[in-house]
Amino acid sequence: MGEIVIWALVKIAILFGFALNLSAVLTWMERRQSAMMQDRMGPVKANISGVTLWGLLHPLADALKLATKEDFVPPKAHKAIFVLAPLFAIAPVVMVFAVIPFAPPVCLKQLTAIAPRCVAPEHMQIARIDIGLLYVFAIASISVYGAALAGWASYNNYSLLGGLRASAQMLSYEITMGMALIGTFLVFGTLEPGELVLRQSTIAKWGIVQQPLGFILFFFAAIAETKRAPFDLPEGESEIVGYFVEYSGARFMTFFLGEFLEIVFVGCMVTTIFLGGWQAPGLAADGLHIFGLDLQLPHIAVVGLGLVTFTIKVFIVCFLQLAIRWSLPRMRYDQLMRLGWKGMLPASIINVIITAAVVLWMSSPVKG
Amino acid sequence: MPARTKVVTVKRGLWENLYLPEIVRGLGVTLKHFFINTLGPKSKRQIVTIDYPDVVRELPERYRGVHRLNTREDGSVRCTACMMCATICPANCIHIEAGERENPASRDIEKFPQVFEIDELVCVVCGLCVEACPCDAIRMDTHVHMPPVEHRKDAVLEKPELMSRGTKSIAVDGGAGPDWRDKYTDLGSLTQIYRPDHIERDRERPARR
Ligand code: SF4
Ligand code: SF4
Repeated sequence: MGEIVIWALVKIAILFGFALNLSAVLTWMERRQSAMMQDRMGPVKANISGVTLWGLLHPLADALKLATKEDFVPPKAHKAIFVLAPLFAIAPVVMVFAVIPFAPPVCLKQLTAIAPRCVAPEHMQIARIDIGLLYVFAIASISVYGAALAGWASYNNYSLLGGLRASAQMLSYEITMGMALIGTFLVFGTLEPGELVLRQSTIAKWGIVQQPLGFILFFFAAIAETKRAPFDLPEGESEIVGYFVEYSGARFMTFFLGEFLEIVFVGCMVTTIFLGGWQAPGLAADGLHIFGLDLQLPHIAVVGLGLVTFTIKVFIVCFLQLAIRWSLPRMRYDQLMRLGWKGMLPASIINVIITAAVVLWMSSPVKG
Repeated sequence: MPARTKVVTVKRGLWENLYLPEIVRGLGVTLKHFFINTLGPKSKRQIVTIDYPDVVRELPERYRGVHRLNTREDGSVRCTACMMCATICPANCIHIEAGERENPASRDIEKFPQVFEIDELVCVVCGLCVEACPCDAIRMDTHVHMPPVEHRKDAVLEKPELMSRGTKSIAVDGGAGPDWRDKYTDLGSLTQIYRPDHIERDRERPARR
């Protein structure tokens, strides 16, 4: 019993250390990357006695600044809900990380053996539940409460508009997001993320190859779920500022952190479902086999390489999300709704139908 | 006559309505900049940011900086309180109170400004005062930015401050006479133009008041 708890804690520490640090780095990356894309310098001045680390100390400075700022509650705001809303926004994002498999299953007793087999390996995911992806959708749909309640409780017309926009947008795109994944479920025949990754053992079996349309639809629906440009209508920096316009200090930081955690989470989801998770080309259970190289590696090294692969993939997807955010103009609200309901939703349904037909044909006995 | 119009049609066929190819193209443009600016050779980088205040952009010669009042050969102010500058100033930010000289110098210069104040916060830096001055008394060729101030009243520069940057004018008191070409063969020695290297000198000056 004690061992289970310890392992759970270790896994939580790894995954959250990863997610929180990555999201902090992303706040810096977003500014530096956008600056580089626009031929600027970006933030590079924060330093500790002259050491700037290319500006990497800025997230630290931001956290200090936000934590020490005045915590303002508008006089007419609904106090209790106003205080709770940031927690509603961040809690679901933190919870959904539980099902992400971030490394190959570990055989605890045979860490130095080569390609060990064991009956009950320790799965490197906080919660291994059969309905993993359904759980993700269930929890993720709660996160709309954060935005909606924040907008409503602030007693500010602009916040309310932001909250309404957020609700409508998130509800619309959630459908596409789910539909886009159904094709993947049909192909892989499982809802459990860890199992999903195990079944993507070669590049030809990766989700992105088997379900390219599903990948595109899911990726863009997920960006819309994170409420970032080109779908940043709930924030609308240039018009309504957004559902958190009345928030300051630590509470604002919570929203902000939640947003960046969402980016990381989208990165994790896309990696797990479409990019083969911790699977890397050439990385097999007994070592590396790539470019004519045959390297026998102990189990622990393979696990480590899997973890590194996963990190790199997530990082690349996050990079891509930031690049999209800084490249595309944003949509008008009606365009957003039109794209969601008339473009992406039908496309995802067609994807389901075609995938189902192909899967059925492949598995039917009269084939060929 | 109707206004001339040019009709620009933006191509929007199926390809554009699919969004995706165009998104990829857009990403290509921005990412090209990103990778050139991060990984590209130093010579190809296009970053335009100047690392102000560590690096200061070189100002053009006719840059209009903080005002200064020039002096005569005897060190007194050149301004004759003629009010030309105060009259033309579109921002109405020059305040002059004229006084009478006790012992006028040559050519009977009777007036001088007892008070000469410019509110640099109100000034729109148009340079009209300099254009208007008949005496080469007021100039803006200092290359000095107005330093930040804590109180608005500190932005009103008074005569001593304005004169502290003053140099002897290139113009000759009382006029050089019709044979100036023969008298002043070396015009360079008369020219005392405020140069950017004076900025250093001004930085070291103790704070006002
Ligand atoms: S620069 Fe223009 S606004 Fe400023 S004092 Fe001279 S005339 Fe007035
Ligand atoms: S600065 Fe020139 S224009 Fe202004 S009052 Fe003095 S002499 Fe006249």
